[in-house]
Amino acid sequence: MRRVALIGLLLSLAMTGTATAVQPDEMLKDSALESRARDLSRELRCMVCQNQSIDDSEAPLARDLRLLVRERLTKGDSDQQVLSFLVSRYGEFVLLRPPLEWHTLLLWGLPPAALAAGTIGLFVMWRRRRSVATEADLLSRDEEQRLSTLVDPTGPQR
Amino acid sequence: MIPELGHYALVLALALGLIQSVVPVIGARRYDAVLMRLASSTALMQFAFVAFSFLALIICYVTSDFSVATVYENSHSMMPLVYRVTSVWGNHEGSMLLWVLILSLFGALVAGFGGNLPRTLKAYVLSVQSWIACAFYLFILITSNPFLRLPQAPFEGRDLNPILQDIGLAIHPPLLYLGYVGFSIAFSFAIAALIEGRIDAAWARWVRPWTLAAWIFLTVGIAMGSYWAYYELGWGGFWFWDPVENASLMPWLAGTALLHSAVVMEKRNALKIWTLLLAILAFSLSLIGTFLVRSGVLTSVHTFANDPARGVFILAILVIFIGGGLTLFAWRAPMLKQGGLFAPISREAALVLNNLFLTTACLTVFVGTLYPLALEALTGDKISVGPPFFNLTFAPLFIPLLLAMPFGPLMAWKRGDIFGAAQRLMAAFGIAFVVIVLTFAAGDRSSIMAPFGIGLAAFVMIGAMVDIAERIGLFRVSLSVARQRAAGLPRSAWGTALAHTGIAVTLLGIVCVSAWASERIVALKPSETVSISGYELSFDGVVQRSGANYRELAARFTVREGGVPVGVMEPSKRSFASRSTTTTEAALLTRGVSQLYLSLGDANSDGSVSVRLYHKPMVLLIWLGAVVMGLGGTLSLSDRRLRVGAPKPAAKSAMQAAE
Repeated sequence: MRRVALIGLLLSLAMTGTATAVQPDEMLKDSALESRARDLSRELRCMVCQNQSIDDSEAPLARDLRLLVRERLTKGDSDQQVLSFLVSRYGEFVLLRPPLEWHTLLLWGLPPAALAAGTIGLFVMWRRRRSVATEADLLSRDEEQRLSTLVDPTGPQR
Repeated sequence: MIPELGHYALVLALALGLIQSVVPVIGARRYDAVLMRLASSTALMQFAFVAFSFLALIICYVTSDFSVATVYENSHSMMPLVYRVTSVWGNHEGSMLLWVLILSLFGALVAGFGGNLPRTLKAYVLSVQSWIACAFYLFILITSNPFLRLPQAPFEGRDLNPILQDIGLAIHPPLLYLGYVGFSIAFSFAIAALIEGRIDAAWARWVRPWTLAAWIFLTVGIAMGSYWAYYELGWGGFWFWDPVENASLMPWLAGTALLHSAVVMEKRNALKIWTLLLAILAFSLSLIGTFLVRSGVLTSVHTFANDPARGVFILAILVIFIGGGLTLFAWRAPMLKQGGLFAPISREAALVLNNLFLTTACLTVFVGTLYPLALEALTGDKISVGPPFFNLTFAPLFIPLLLAMPFGPLMAWKRGDIFGAAQRLMAAFGIAFVVIVLTFAAGDRSSIMAPFGIGLAAFVMIGAMVDIAERIGLFRVSLSVARQRAAGLPRSAWGTALAHTGIAVTLLGIVCVSAWASERIVALKPSETVSISGYELSFDGVVQRSGANYRELAARFTVREGGVPVGVMEPSKRSFASRSTTTTEAALLTRGVSQLYLSLGDANSDGSVSVRLYHKPMVLLIWLGAVVMGLGGTLSLSDRRLRVGAPKPAAKSAMQAAE
């Protein structure tokens, strides 16, 4: 009975032809190399998918890329060499973390610039409002003395 | 007949909306009470008509009326009842109808519960709300009519996308839309205040409960979506930095900032202009989110609409409302009077710091999401901005925010004492330090950062408790007095502490999963076993089953811990004949707040089956934290001063206790 069911499973899977991300047969024997491959895979985009890394993707292209990454790694490439190889082949689109270049300057620069500008802006505003406040809003020493006499008739505290 | 009635009800809602867009404004200008009061009636009637329209569409789906185009495209007569109902909004047209349903619901709520609002303000708010509603009624009627009939009714529908045939679809979109659209109230209030040229602390008090309610729904809605993606997509991630996810995160970040700045405005009458701007931005980001998802400008996992005419229409709505709102802001905001002063070390300043980091985080997500689109449009260069970018830029913004979080509530208004606050947080520092040391000692050294992350979560959690302990004088006064004070503490104080604790709980979950999740990818034959993190799974075999509208092949695994069976896991593959597609249904086994996650892969030629097995330690905390945040928000929402609404003499004692 079980065997029949298993055959059914095999048949249906073969028919639908779905594949899942990282297959057991893709994985490298060398666990250090394999974990490097996994880390690299998370940085690489599956070009035919929407916003999926090749590590997550079920697409055949992602499988090809995963195998390619492992092939380069076993040939002794460094992580950077693997990435450069893929960029030369597929363009920068393949990198999920775009490198810092002139056309990505705004992307990388805007958040820290906004934080810095916000901090400086707040500081400047606070300084300005404080100086305006000391001129206009705060009471003079004389007024303060009069006020404290009014509040506490036994006499000024200071 | 029913689809036509639904369609007609929507047209009537538009007609009412047009009246409500104009007449109350004239009324407010002339101080004509009758014209102003009209807004309440039209708002209630609008909701009634849209609700009728929505009901009509539900009836079409439930009765499987395939003469209606959207029903034919997205439903199937064999689908269980719950999915026939949820597939109403599992497509573009229906989800837009849900959008306007919620929009008109909020309008009706303001009309019904806004009795204590000044008459002119209420008239303006309802008018602005109606401007938005009219834009979207037109959008639906012109480009996305869900009631469109087919010339010939097909015999059977094409079924709902199998990925969406899940209870998640029943919960996630309505919650998310309640959040998105809820911010429209804050927007309408901001625009009304700008038109009137008047804004004060009372305004903030009226806006806060609406914003808070929207924020609660958005928080829980995002968490629910995240959990849905986690179990449905089959690779066990909980956040993908997908543009559609980012579209919901941006209003959340802006809304969280708005909640905090509105507190400053309410209590101290400061940050008025900034609060107005945030109110406009929060809803603008909701609109941008709607645009990104609905226009198909980024075709991603979630997107199911692909029609440029729609994109252009929504873009026009976007430009009119965001552009108009910001122009009005630039014109009128400088005329508003500046409010209270505060020192750079004070509760206000702490909340400003919160706003600075939250808005920068929001900007980061905004830039990261839209930069590839803009760059491609301008230069043709294609780049990808994915999770590695966001993880790298987001963490540096959130770590200081979380570090500062416990300090905020401990600081006094106007002028605070940071050393005093630090002193009172000594317990939190101490416990965090012990936690870091213990985690280092106990855990493996695989992640250097994880112990610090857990320490940070402990710091935030204890910090929230310290805040409550300080307020009730715990350990300083007798226990009975402390208990009395705890009972008298305003609910908003408990809400704050609870919501901050929720953040820490979520952080704890994220850190644990990121650092210590383990994964096994193996090919198994029946009766073989695989072990992970102290659990042993044996592959019993395969069973074939059939559901209402699918066939399913499930692999059965018995899970043992130390030789003792603790459960059975049955991951499966479902094939839906109607769409000839398969979905992968992962199996989850919950152990405390941790989970085992098992997902079925391919069958191999040697008779084995590939499986992906994960152990996700503490993973449920990620979503439980969001629930805790939502509970904190709800508690705060039930606070007396928000229910009372406008500042009245009776609210005085509650307010003093809150100071």
